[in-house]
Amino acid sequence: MTLNDQQVERYSRHILLQDVGLSGQEKILNAKVLIVGTGGLGAPAALYLAAAGVGTLGIIDGDKVDMSNLQRQVIHFTPDLDKAKVQSAKEKIALINPDVKVNAIEDLFLAHNAMDILKDYDFVIDGTDNFPAKFLINDACVMAKKPFSHGGVLRFDGQTMTHVPGEACYRCIFDDLPPSNAVPSCSQAGILGAIAGMLGTIQAAEALKFIIGKGDLLTNRLQMFDALKMKFREVKFKKRATCKVCGENPVITELKDYEQPVCDIRQK
Amino acid sequence: MKITINGEEETIEKDSLTIIELLTHKKVDMPEMVSVEYNGEMLDREKFDTQAVTDGDKVEFLYFMGGGQ
Ligand SMILES: [Zn+2]
Repeated sequence: MTLNDQQVERYSRHILLQDVGLSGQEKILNAKVLIVGTGGLGAPAALYLAAAGVGTLGIIDGDKVDMSNLQRQVIHFTPDLDKAKVQSAKEKIALINPDVKVNAIEDLFLAHNAMDILKDYDFVIDGTDNFPAKFLINDACVMAKKPFSHGGVLRFDGQTMTHVPGEACYRCIFDDLPPSNAVPSCSQAGILGAIAGMLGTIQAAEALKFIIGKGDLLTNRLQMFDALKMKFREVKFKKRATCKVCGENPVITELKDYEQPVCDIRQK
Repeated sequence: MKITINGEEETIEKDSLTIIELLTHKKVDMPEMVSVEYNGEMLDREKFDTQAVTDGDKVEFLYFMGGGQ
């Protein structure tokens, strides 16, 4: 594809970058990224990926906009209350950048639809808020050989890693779901909105780096930060031979929906 | 022994501790919330009560973080 004059102007600050240039911007315009969840992480990621000109953005979320979302889910505005999040997000993306085609899926990302949804995309962003969804995204992406960015936030802390096919996965660090009562979710523990933004934009940057094929992705590294002290730290890790999904003898060979029997840890 | 926990060197008045004992020593009361990397390798949870930590070892405690909405 060739960029028209308006596009050359719109993306001029990308094009000026030696590592992006016209060819990188063309790759971005041809790319397809799936964002699972349009909440605290998915909202900033979607805004930046839309502005960057990612050609196709898939957004999946089964929730409606709630008053308590507006403190951090910056793609949703006050007049959007009670609107489906994917509809609200789709409208904003269209306003930011008409170059972007949006596939809005008002549904949960579950074992029965995961593979079918994933197959159309080049890169996946985990913007979910619960472990059943995070483990499902990991397992589905490993099986479908799709790269993805994991993100998790809690209070003032964040963590993120990027999986690409053949490299370590989320289960290489976190073998299986934690006991459901052991880990608080944001709805129980709170989150400083700006921290979700920090992490969501890291995830968007990883997606763009993957698309243009430049730089070093957060593969085999877990990047963690404590925003209260504003300290970043990374831990390198390796593919684990005993990993249940990507190890030498994987025991997980098909997707399933995990139960989280207590409290309000639900996919929203 | 001198060991490195989460990137910081610490002196512990013991010659050796298992991972579980180290988690207790560090007052991590819910070890099921933590994944452990021992000298650069992710450690299987079944080895938490047998793997000995001794002088010069590097240990990382990695916490589950599930939020995102
Ligand atoms: Zn793995």
